[in-house]
Amino acid sequence: MEEVEVAAKKRDEERVASAHAYFDNIHTKRKLLSLVNFILLAAGSLLILSPIWWMISTSLKSMAEVMTYPPTFYPREWNWDNYIKTWKAAPFDTYAINTITITMLVVIGSVLVNSFIAYGFAKVPFKGRGILFAIVLSTMMIPGFVTLIPQYVLFSKLQWINTYFPLVVPAFFGSAFFIFLLRQFYMTIPNELIEAAKIEGASHFRIWWTIGLPLTKPALATVAIFSFNGAWNDFLGPLLYLNDESLYTLQLGLQVFKGEMNTQWNYLMAGSLLVLLPVIILFFFFQKYFIQGINLQSGGK
Amino acid sequence: MRKKLNYKRMEGLQGYVFILPWIVGFIAFTAGPLIFSFAASFTNYNITSQMDFVGFDNYENLFTADNLFWTSLYNTLYYVLFSIPLTTAGAIFLSALLNQDVPGIRFFRTIYYLPAVLSGVGVYLLWMQLLDPGTGLVNTALGWFGIPGPNWLFDPDWTKPALIFMKLWSVGGGMLLYLASMQGVSKSLYEAAKIDGASSWQQFRFITIPMITPVIFFDIVTSLIGGFQIFQEAYVMSNGEGGPVNSMLFYNLYMWKKAFESFDMGYAMAMSWILFIIVFIITIINLKLAPRWVHYEGEER
Repeated sequence: MEEVEVAAKKRDEERVASAHAYFDNIHTKRKLLSLVNFILLAAGSLLILSPIWWMISTSLKSMAEVMTYPPTFYPREWNWDNYIKTWKAAPFDTYAINTITITMLVVIGSVLVNSFIAYGFAKVPFKGRGILFAIVLSTMMIPGFVTLIPQYVLFSKLQWINTYFPLVVPAFFGSAFFIFLLRQFYMTIPNELIEAAKIEGASHFRIWWTIGLPLTKPALATVAIFSFNGAWNDFLGPLLYLNDESLYTLQLGLQVFKGEMNTQWNYLMAGSLLVLLPVIILFFFFQKYFIQGINLQSGGK
Repeated sequence: MRKKLNYKRMEGLQGYVFILPWIVGFIAFTAGPLIFSFAASFTNYNITSQMDFVGFDNYENLFTADNLFWTSLYNTLYYVLFSIPLTTAGAIFLSALLNQDVPGIRFFRTIYYLPAVLSGVGVYLLWMQLLDPGTGLVNTALGWFGIPGPNWLFDPDWTKPALIFMKLWSVGGGMLLYLASMQGVSKSLYEAAKIDGASSWQQFRFITIPMITPVIFFDIVTSLIGGFQIFQEAYVMSNGEGGPVNSMLFYNLYMWKKAFESFDMGYAMAMSWILFIIVFIITIINLKLAPRWVHYEGEER
């Protein structure tokens, strides 16, 4: 480090004569670079947002306008009732209630159970902890389809086909990714805190409930949001396990709706937007928990 | 002394109680299914009536008598080979842009990240509309530059590029991972380089890139595992068929059809083990190659 500084000083001295010109040059260069950067980012974000605008715009057009060539970038008439028509064209009420039920159960299970398991791996010493945690991590490498088919066999033998059990029950037995995420967070909580409570005579269960849960709230929010997203957007699970339309989720309902609507893009886009909206709203309100989850991920490597 | 020992044992027991949900879940939903699946891959299991041992017949048929197996493997490799370098490079480039002091940087980060949280049928429907040859935004925009757009999802040569294109929209997810790691790079490294007269590009190439190689490694390993499992978008966008001309028949989609449409469960499970082995070998190769290019801080080069 020092050598570098000495060398740098020497070099700067050599440049004393042209110092002013040199620094002016650097400044304009840097400003120019920052401007170019800004323009690139602004153009890029227009590009990124254009599909979302296109979805909104198409959802408000009449079918005649959807079919015009070249397509219009901005709807001539704003047909807000497309949304009402879409909602009524299929049992979206039922789909929404079903999806909310499944999602809530999955979120509750994921938050409580993974926190419980992660506390054990992070704060309770027991024999074989290291090896078991290594197994937790290694299960993340298993391609989902390898277990999907035998799981289907298991659930069908249990008579769980066409029920919500296959979609909800596994969430109450922990997921490797969430255990890993929460364990990372628990590791940042000082052991002295746990030790102090132990001296007071508290069991680990009490410590987890009264200290662990409240202190890990930010990480639990991340788990809640990720599991919400996972359950809300799950298509494969409902496709595999649900047969009756009265049990369908929004994802599955939207897929059926797609088949019925063919290329009536205005209704299809309205339906898509309605299904995506809760996630978009959640994202804007709780962005920092999304980002935190990603930071916990990269910090763990 | 004795009391202490007892306490240790008690604490150990508590530890097992904490991880009990995971142990039960691991046995019921991962280990058990894995064992069953491995055994059943050597049978003609069809879930209802038959489960006769057939030796290596399933594996032999896959390699020697099933053209669709090779087609699906080719499609999947094509997707992985193009999508992973593109998304990785795109995410690094984007995070470099977003790691600068530019007005509105927080806003930009939010915008670029947004598509990464959107998934499911709504997004696939949106892209089916965007890529529609007649009324879609993509070909309309290409038309402004006088470029005749392809038929995307209707042209077997363009279906996979279309899916890769769609994947690139959500490059912001990886971007955040890299951004977090770039912000962890010590400022003094850049200052020293600047004094030595290193250009922005040289700083990026010789400081930023080496410092974020652990995250690049993590990203490549997880995207490879994920990329081989592409299913949902192909299922929704080809109506579960994998067409046109099987150009979207990815490995998992073919496995799905074998398992849940023709109920060739033994055969499908053999397929899943071949995928597992492929993913496993690639991960091992990655781990072996890592020391050659992944730079961990505090490590002698």
